[in-house]
Amino acid sequence: MLMSVGSLAAMGLALGSVLGVASRYLAVEENPIEAELQAMLPGSQCGQCGYVGCAQAAAALAKGEAPVTLCPPGGKATAEALAAKLGVKVDLSNVSDSGPQIAEVTEEICIGCCRCMKVCPTDAIIGAAKQIHNVIREACTGCSSCVDVCPTEALGMAPIPVTLQHWTWPKPASAHN
Amino acid sequence: MSQAYGIAVAAPHTTTTNSPTRIMTLVMLALAPATLYGFWLYGWPAFFLWAITIGAAMLGEAFCLRLLNRRAVPVLMDGSAILTGWLLAVSLPPWAPWWIGVFGGMFATTLGKQAFGGLGQNLYNPAMVARVALLISFPVQMTAWVAPLPMFSAGAPGLVDGLLIILKGVPHAYDAVTSATTLGFAKTELSRGVNLLESLQHAPALSFIGSRPGSLGETAAWLILAGGVAMMFMRIITWHIPLAMLAGIAIPAAILHAVDPSRYLEMGAHVLSGGAMLGAFFIATDYVTSPNSPRGQLIFGFGCGVFTYIIRTWAGYPEGVAFAVLLMNSMTPIIDTYFKPRIYGRDRKGNPLQTTN
Amino acid sequence: MGFLDRFLKAPSWGVHPEDHKRPAADVPLRMFPSPERVFMPLSQHVGGAARPIVLVGQKVLKGQLIAEAQGNISAPIHAPVSGTISAVGEVTAPHPSGLPFKAITIESDGQDRWIETDPLADPFSAAPEEVARRSALAGVVGLGGATFPSAVKFALGKRLKVGTLIVNGGECEPYLSSDDRIMRDFPEQVVDGARIVMHAIGASEALVGIEDNKPEAIAAMRQAAAPYPEVKIRPVPARYPMGSDKQLIQTLTGKEVPSDARAAEVGVLVHNVSTCAAVHKAIRLGHPLVERIVTLNGGAIATPGNVYAPLGTMISDLLAFVGLKEAPSRLILGGPMMGTPLLHDRIPIVKGASGILAFDAAEAFVPEAGPCIRCGNCTKACPMGLLPLEMAARIRVGDLEGAEAYALQDCISCGCCAYVCPSHIPLVQYFSHAKGELTNAERTKLRTDATKRLAEAKAARIERENREKAEAAARRKAEREAAKAAATPAATPVAEQTQGASA
Repeated sequence: MLMSVGSLAAMGLALGSVLGVASRYLAVEENPIEAELQAMLPGSQCGQCGYVGCAQAAAALAKGEAPVTLCPPGGKATAEALAAKLGVKVDLSNVSDSGPQIAEVTEEICIGCCRCMKVCPTDAIIGAAKQIHNVIREACTGCSSCVDVCPTEALGMAPIPVTLQHWTWPKPASAHN
Repeated sequence: MSQAYGIAVAAPHTTTTNSPTRIMTLVMLALAPATLYGFWLYGWPAFFLWAITIGAAMLGEAFCLRLLNRRAVPVLMDGSAILTGWLLAVSLPPWAPWWIGVFGGMFATTLGKQAFGGLGQNLYNPAMVARVALLISFPVQMTAWVAPLPMFSAGAPGLVDGLLIILKGVPHAYDAVTSATTLGFAKTELSRGVNLLESLQHAPALSFIGSRPGSLGETAAWLILAGGVAMMFMRIITWHIPLAMLAGIAIPAAILHAVDPSRYLEMGAHVLSGGAMLGAFFIATDYVTSPNSPRGQLIFGFGCGVFTYIIRTWAGYPEGVAFAVLLMNSMTPIIDTYFKPRIYGRDRKGNPLQTTN
Repeated sequence: MGFLDRFLKAPSWGVHPEDHKRPAADVPLRMFPSPERVFMPLSQHVGGAARPIVLVGQKVLKGQLIAEAQGNISAPIHAPVSGTISAVGEVTAPHPSGLPFKAITIESDGQDRWIETDPLADPFSAAPEEVARRSALAGVVGLGGATFPSAVKFALGKRLKVGTLIVNGGECEPYLSSDDRIMRDFPEQVVDGARIVMHAIGASEALVGIEDNKPEAIAAMRQAAAPYPEVKIRPVPARYPMGSDKQLIQTLTGKEVPSDARAAEVGVLVHNVSTCAAVHKAIRLGHPLVERIVTLNGGAIATPGNVYAPLGTMISDLLAFVGLKEAPSRLILGGPMMGTPLLHDRIPIVKGASGILAFDAAEAFVPEAGPCIRCGNCTKACPMGLLPLEMAARIRVGDLEGAEAYALQDCISCGCCAYVCPSHIPLVQYFSHAKGELTNAERTKLRTDATKRLAEAKAARIERENREKAEAAARRKAEREAAKAAATPAATPVAEQTQGASA
């Protein structure tokens, strides 16, 4: 009996030390996750998350200081992707996913003051002093900085209209297994 | 005359009339002749054990479904629990006690199937999982074979007696009936040092017709074969797994028997006894746990056969089909990863074909 | 593993659903009387939508150009009736979303007056490029359903020196028989069109593949092609999807198109029989593509059959023409295996509309989907050799990249897998969903990259402006200093002397 106890104990010690050594010398390097997180964010440096730019937000996410729901323009899709990357669980019920939105100018109210043009991070608003402004859809990231500065509230956010080219089949409801 | 049609339904707008229920029913029909023959061979106790096992399997499934808050009857109607119970029943000793059937049946559907997520999600063949669990937990009852005592013949138990045998155990009056299977006998004698050439003269006769000790599913080899071929014609199974498994048993058997007939049983004995035929046609061909591609199926079947032979010949159990099938089931995902069908326009590795123009 | 491959050759791909083509296929072709109003969509082809060149109120003749092709891959649109342009607006698209697209509405004057046509007297002595140019101007696109602009395909075939033209008379979808009808009634048009296409691409032979469930069409085509030994009629086994070009090419020539290549790169080009007939009309008669044969079939139709109708005719008008036994339970554009479900019948016929199916309740019944039992029937049926059960299992849990690793993008959405599935799982919907999501994700990524560049560009611009402002300010300051210094240059030495003297 001593033989069996002794041999098993010896095996345990030996294998345990092998694991310990392996965890030191064969450890996997940390991935450069910050760059990957930054790539997932919209990149318009709008500042709605509270950080100066998307790079800083990505750094905070990598450190675990910021929640994955920090990006309003990104909506549910971004929050989900960030959560998947960081391996955290996220409660999406509070994320207002109005879907991707872009800014729209109500032309009758626009006074051509140019304030929105100056704050738009991607130069998506065209116009000139005393001329009606308009939003270039493809360049708008939905950061809504312009909405905040417009003095006449001519700017608002509207959902991106679904076109024939963007429509996709929904996933079928799966049967119980 | 404009009309609205609600939400769009995706193509295709037509479908086959096939269904899982139809498939299970056809498999049960293919299994029925051998089972009925087994009832006749072993009498009423075999029938009651079969019924109890199937009932327990269905009970196990219904219990799990109720735990999931789902309605049990529609799911039971797909016939898979019944088939699992049936396959388990035909691999048990025909006069095993009732609680073997109950424990095995419930184990098969609860831990063998529903615990993985239900139909289509299990990694291991549920009937074999249950059989192995029974075999290692209750080795005595699971190896208590009986010689055939055909129904209505002199000395065979009647209906009520048959039920009592299952419920209360085999009374002493039937002691003469207990017997070993050919494989079991050969293995025991070999371990006692008696080589095959001598021992087989006293062994229970191997009969293709099936009049020998064994489980319901192993005695009527030709009825099992007929059922298997019928399933192939009905396009429920293909020839790949059965042929490969029988080859995996027969080829090593033939080679080793030629090398040393005193230690190794011949090919016919191996193929006809144990669960080889049943395993090849009904057990290893289970959709959920076998590979998807023809090449993968050949490898899977061959592996089942070879493992069966190895376990029968050199391992501690006289019968190896259940263990072999479970071992190969665990290989199925990796077989599926490496043996995929060739895609049109790509080579075997998955890269686009090179244009020769 | 070549020998083993032959030994282990998988069972025949595809499925063989009930045909349902007769009696509709045998009913003689009916001419749809000129409609009161047509709605001609601007996008009836692969590629850029056509640009309207007419104004509301303008009078047009039948066959007149009303919208020009835009871009390299595009096709023009012509008026299918003579009359007045009443609107350039929107109409519901034949699309499962029910979203609208642009269309030109023409009120017919009932006279069907053609434009002055410009036929090509001898196509075979004209340059191949001329044939292609005229086909392009006539708006000929693939009428099998793919609607790819034919002239672009001719140019491709000529450039890659395609030697064999495959004329697709497969029509493998159940219920449909418009190609069958055109081969039975106008085989000379098909054969002539095929020979013209051969000339346009420089091919030396044409193989006409016709499924063997169309014996009358085979006989008629054989007779029409008899004087031309280079046009060979080849009956093929009736099995869905034999009409799919990859499968037809393999059956007729044994060649396999690599997954990242086009058919032209293996020396073949595939054109539908109706497309060949349209080329014949465009070249020999100078008629642009403004009409086509449409099959109207299904349990809810009173007199199923084929109808020769102008493009832009409302489906509701066609249904009224053939009569409905009951309100259809489902309306489908195309065949039952790949057809587009329509949300209502106020949708116009487009160039790719080979058939309209009005299903009754029994035909439209959708059995409830069950769990996957991993039977592998889908794998056996898939004509592309894919593993639908594995792809669907991954898509179900959201692993779209995993599904792509199983060659999801090679899927031709033929529907064989969903057809044979005993659990009636909507496999094609899983794949369409996944392909759409992957495309959207890529589009989003491109957009994000683009907006990042825009943001960087703006930041750079602001920085540059600030820098320039600072430089300009510094320059102005320097100029001011220089000007100030220059303002008293003579005074300086005097001042110095004076200062020096006074100091």
